[in-house]
Amino acid sequence: MKVQSKAEKLRRAALYAGLMIMAFFMLIPFAWMVSASLKLNQDIFVFPIQWIPRPAHWENYIRIWQKIPLLTFILNTGKITLIVTGFQLITSSFAAYAFAKMNFKSRDKLFLAYIATIAVPWQVYMVPQYIFMRNMHLNDTHLAIIILQAFSAFGVFLMRQFYMGIPDSLCEAARVDGMTEYGIWAKLMLPLSKPALSTLTIFTFVATWNDFLGPMIYLRTESKKTLQLGLRMFISQYGAEYGLIMAASVIALIPVLIVFLSLQKYFVEGVAMSGVKG
Amino acid sequence: MEFIAVDNFIKMIGNRRFMAALRNTIVYTAITVPLTLIVALGLAIILNQKMRGKNFFRTVSFFPYVASLVAVAAVWNMLFSPSKSGPVNMILYTLGCPPEDLPLWAAGREWVMFTIILFSVWKNMGYYMVIYLAGLQGVNSQLYEACALDGANSWQRFLYITIPQLQPTTFFVTIMLTINCFKVFDIVYMLAGGSNGVVNTSAIVLVSHIYEEAFTNWKLGYASAVAMVLFLLVLLVTIIQFRGEKKYAND
Repeated sequence: MKVQSKAEKLRRAALYAGLMIMAFFMLIPFAWMVSASLKLNQDIFVFPIQWIPRPAHWENYIRIWQKIPLLTFILNTGKITLIVTGFQLITSSFAAYAFAKMNFKSRDKLFLAYIATIAVPWQVYMVPQYIFMRNMHLNDTHLAIIILQAFSAFGVFLMRQFYMGIPDSLCEAARVDGMTEYGIWAKLMLPLSKPALSTLTIFTFVATWNDFLGPMIYLRTESKKTLQLGLRMFISQYGAEYGLIMAASVIALIPVLIVFLSLQKYFVEGVAMSGVKG
Repeated sequence: MEFIAVDNFIKMIGNRRFMAALRNTIVYTAITVPLTLIVALGLAIILNQKMRGKNFFRTVSFFPYVASLVAVAAVWNMLFSPSKSGPVNMILYTLGCPPEDLPLWAAGREWVMFTIILFSVWKNMGYYMVIYLAGLQGVNSQLYEACALDGANSWQRFLYITIPQLQPTTFFVTIMLTINCFKVFDIVYMLAGGSNGVVNTSAIVLVSHIYEEAFTNWKLGYASAVAMVLFLLVLLVTIIQFRGEKKYAND
């Protein structure tokens, strides 16, 4: 018995050691990023790596705002992200309500056809879509990005999965009481689906904040560019300003880090939910 | 308007960059899909056990997935700097790798695909790990107990219970991973695109080719034809996977 527990202890120790190594490899780039953002360019590649820079060059975080219009980029990204997230919450829950709780002709076929579009990568139809947008004179506008992302088949799928779990009798009772379908959606379904809405919020926020190809195709004027585009522009213009690049990278990560840590639970649930066949 | 679809396809076959893009996309997908799948499954099984700090490790392995690609790619490019003073190369040098054999990583023709695949597995495995964790929650624990009573060791339990029970999850993960690999663009652009964003033939992928033809050379028709090839490729692989799944389910 004692031998077994010793073996078990050894196994545990090995497990934790393995996990520590894994965590080390996952985190090391972020640690190095923060450390390098506080160094002068000539000190960054000093070996062995000096993890805590002395003195810390906090001025990197001030200089970066003067080198590129970082504030404009952040405001542009914030604006697009907030509007897109708001739109997606409304359109997804609205459509999902119809697909889950209302009866109309060939509802399920329509839903299946809509969901099938998830399997078609956006990259396949981005060119014709661009031509379409350009014909409407929407290229080089934030509106183009917003329209592109305001509707999402994935969001509808996610919300519908959740609504399917809410008993139909609840809606029936509300209909008997004389509530309209819009009323049921707004007063009953929305408050009940807070967890699913949180999941969709974090997914959309992260995806829109980090989006790169979409803004790169549509936004050509510098004052309209997003943070990711601005960061990339800075890297290609000042490739040797390592400290500043790292400082800007840290700034670009902070909003996502905050949203991720505060809504993490919903993120994990959402990924799990999308993985379960519905 | 003239119908020139055939012309576009002939042009494609004669285009060195298209052929390289097709080859690289297939190589990237063929290596990244199984590699990510194995790492994600392994991590999920470890993190599914009762242990302290489980949530910390889950968060840690998931964070690269949500982190901005431009930012983390910038760090990778510095860590894997091709010069002798790059941190990773410095470590290799200290471990005894002769200076002339140090890898050039994203800057070297033989190393660029390896670097892209390594980065891609690192960045995305957390996402698939969470899907696998959800799948593991659905495995009936009585199966394990029954199997243990029959005297099966942990490797046998993994082989005869975990793997078959996770089949639907593996199917879903494989499909998602394959589609995501075929549409790769940003990772290649960030790691292998020079300061002007041009990717050379050792790393170019289909979406890079679509992008450069459509939005740099403004050959929208030709670019759409390449996009059709991408679509057919995704469709073909998805159909094959669905067929395989059906066959497996029937067995």
